[in-house]
Amino acid sequence: MELKDKLISSFFAFEEQVDVNSEVHNIRSEAMKNFEVSGFPSRKDEDWKYTSLKSILKEDYSIFPKKEDAIEYKDVKKYFIHDIDAYTIVFIDGIYSSHLSQTTHDKIDACLMSSALTKDKYKPVIEKYFNKIAPKNSLNSLNTAFSREGAFINIPKNTVADKPIQILNFSTGNESALMLQPRNLVVVGENAHVQIIERHQSLTDNAVLTNAVTEIYADKRAMVDYYKIQNDHANASLIDNTYVEQQGESNCSVHTFSFGGKLTRNNLQFFQKGEHIDSTMKGVTIIEDKQHVDHNTLVHHIEPNCESHQDYKGIYDDKSVGVFNGKVLVEKEAQKTNAFQSNNNILVSDKATINSKPQLEIFADDVACSHGCTIGQLDEDAMFYLKSRGIPAKEARALLMYAFANNVLSSVKIPELQKRVNKLIANKLNVSLGFDL
Amino acid sequence: MNKFTEDDLKKELETKEYEYGFYTDIESETFPVGLNEDIVRAISKKKEEPEWMTEWRLEAFRIWSEMEEPDWANVNYPKPDFQNISYYSAPNKKPKYDSLDEVDPELLDTFKKLGISLDEQKKLAGVAVDVVMDSVSVTTTFKKTLAEKGIIFCSISEAIKEHPELVKKYLGTVVPQKDNFYAALNSAVFSDGSFCYIPKGVRCPMELSTYFRINQAGTGQFERTLVVADEDSYVSYLEGCTAPMRDENQLHAAVVELIALDDAEIKYSTVQNWFPGNKDGKGGVFNFVTKRGLCEKNAKISWTQVETGSAVTWKYPSCILKGDHSVGEFYSIAVTNNFQQADTGTKMIHLGKNTKSTIISKGISAGKSQNSYRGLVQVNGRAENARNFSQCDSLLMGNECGAHTFPYIEAKNKTAKIEHEATTSKIGEDQIFYCNQRGIDTEKAIALIVNGFSKEVLNKLPMEFAVEAQKLLEISLEGSVG
Repeated sequence: MELKDKLISSFFAFEEQVDVNSEVHNIRSEAMKNFEVSGFPSRKDEDWKYTSLKSILKEDYSIFPKKEDAIEYKDVKKYFIHDIDAYTIVFIDGIYSSHLSQTTHDKIDACLMSSALTKDKYKPVIEKYFNKIAPKNSLNSLNTAFSREGAFINIPKNTVADKPIQILNFSTGNESALMLQPRNLVVVGENAHVQIIERHQSLTDNAVLTNAVTEIYADKRAMVDYYKIQNDHANASLIDNTYVEQQGESNCSVHTFSFGGKLTRNNLQFFQKGEHIDSTMKGVTIIEDKQHVDHNTLVHHIEPNCESHQDYKGIYDDKSVGVFNGKVLVEKEAQKTNAFQSNNNILVSDKATINSKPQLEIFADDVACSHGCTIGQLDEDAMFYLKSRGIPAKEARALLMYAFANNVLSSVKIPELQKRVNKLIANKLNVSLGFDL
Repeated sequence: MNKFTEDDLKKELETKEYEYGFYTDIESETFPVGLNEDIVRAISKKKEEPEWMTEWRLEAFRIWSEMEEPDWANVNYPKPDFQNISYYSAPNKKPKYDSLDEVDPELLDTFKKLGISLDEQKKLAGVAVDVVMDSVSVTTTFKKTLAEKGIIFCSISEAIKEHPELVKKYLGTVVPQKDNFYAALNSAVFSDGSFCYIPKGVRCPMELSTYFRINQAGTGQFERTLVVADEDSYVSYLEGCTAPMRDENQLHAAVVELIALDDAEIKYSTVQNWFPGNKDGKGGVFNFVTKRGLCEKNAKISWTQVETGSAVTWKYPSCILKGDHSVGEFYSIAVTNNFQQADTGTKMIHLGKNTKSTIISKGISAGKSQNSYRGLVQVNGRAENARNFSQCDSLLMGNECGAHTFPYIEAKNKTAKIEHEATTSKIGEDQIFYCNQRGIDTEKAIALIVNGFSKEVLNKLPMEFAVEAQKLLEISLEGSVG
């Protein structure tokens, strides 16, 4: 049975498990209808020109995993940023794991989507924010139709979250192939601050397909830092859809570190709904083998006097494929916009491919918009310089790659996370430099 | 002195009319509207073409019938009704001319108005001109001088009759019939165009030039240009176009094929000034053109274009860098005003080793126009040490226009070095202030800045054409260029 048909029939089973009379369920049924019509995107869609889902859709995914609590903290400890105090929300095969998590309702809400969707207390928030900015395309609709669990983070006005929040999604591999559809909602009130770290991790080599949707709302003067770590096993695929809506003077950044997984597609979109907004999206991609990472970004400048910064670096080895498709859209009213977009790539092997499509669509005249894209190699002179000082070729290459990615790393605001990412890069490049960069 | 502001400039731009919008009353023979196999046969028969050519056209027609009109470009326009166009229109009195004196004086007047007074150019610039009016080649000058060098420069219909072996060998090799919707249409119905062959080791002593004009109402112009530069030869080719002012939209679907064999160099310059429609966006030419060049070993193809006309432009002059060490260049200025829409750019396909390409694209949008750059740089697996540099700059005048950039960059070789950069800006107040401060009034300052903005491309035009291009920029942005 095709995955699409399987999902459609599973929806009836899903309806037996949730409250079908709620308003949220109307949204779900609507979304399901949407998905039935559109189906999965194909390469004929301009946005999917360079990424084919065919290979990952052919698996026979189970849609509803059995409950599994067998994971001990020591087994997954290494995936936590454990050297900092943080709230943690852990899901195992899409189901909340209370013994691994540390949630809170003290001042801020860092809890579960399932309770937000069902409890009356959160009804106004859900009504106002749930499924409001995610475009109604096929993958989002599919996620919305099955939306039930995920992280719900609500930071009220004038509150600074005292600790970063970690969202971890583990898959155990108890099923031979599993499809997960977490749904996250982050609402950050006026003047509020929050830092969030998100990770998807499979614990075995069994196939996993995650189709995640995260909606982030940043009210006036709010500050949101969102970090995504993608370093999964070779059979895990991730379609990550993140949508950010910002109000005036807010500052929001999303960092994406893609080091693993079979196929990773990041759809990241920013909508600027006020003046003096700052949006940052940065990413480092280091992949090898037959891995495929696709960054698809959009910044929609709607109001005047806003800024956006995009900086994506990629290093591609073996037969890996990298895609960058960035778009800056500046509306007529959005005068005095400063939008910058940069995409730099290094191809390490002859078989690696990079497809880059940095786009500008500009309707306002008083703007400064630029984009740059480069594809190149490591500087031979720099390599020679390092080698002549006794640094072996492998380490020298790694050093230069670090330097290449450093622009993105240096803007990570959590030092422990920065260290962790440095370590991941060192592992990825298979070197030990004996010092932290 | 009244201060000349950008608003004034905008107003001037809007009200500025198309200077080439006259219609020459020359009797012409026009085919009934519509397209079917019989029309294709009739065109072929009219041109007294050999059997293989008729078959080639019919094959293209069959392919075209099964194709759909593309709609991926960033332009909006009412789809032309292909059954409501006459596919052949020729000035009626068409004797064979040996010298300019025998040419219909009315036709000569047309050219005078166009500013390409043939005899003047003949004397002053030494340019050989092939004039294509309503898709039929009217005159070819300087034929004798060229013939001495062994250069063939004639209309394509003449070439089909007189040099069938060359046409047969090269026609459709770079742009095959099935390449795209408009190329297929052109292949089926092209009525004329220019053909040029430069023999081995010959450096063409003068610029070759074609002038296209749509004269008759309700006709489409479909011309086909084929330039073949044999080993170690050089040619510089110019192309210009105008059309009368009409309320309806006219269709222009041309195909240009360039073939540069080993060590050859072709420089192809276009000044496109089809009628852009009036200031309310009515009328104007739909310009759907397929231009492509093939470079063999050490060959070089350079495209330079100044696009100021057409209601809708859809044009991507491309280079296939097949041979090792071949070079492709693309220099473009696209100016859009009022309701014009341009979606233009280039494709650089790197196949050979050590191939190089350069793309410089300057877009200027004013009024309510939309100007898009769409380009592809592709480095294939075997193209070692390929190098590309692209730069796309856009200048916006007024807040009702738009500038868009859609670059596609695909690299499959680790030794590839590709750089792409794009900027969008308006004329800076500080720039104008700087000029004002030094006694340059605002109008001149804007002129200076626009000129400076397009300089990199204007410099690439051959001398004779640069003057005309300057003039066109003036027309399109009059009031701003001093």
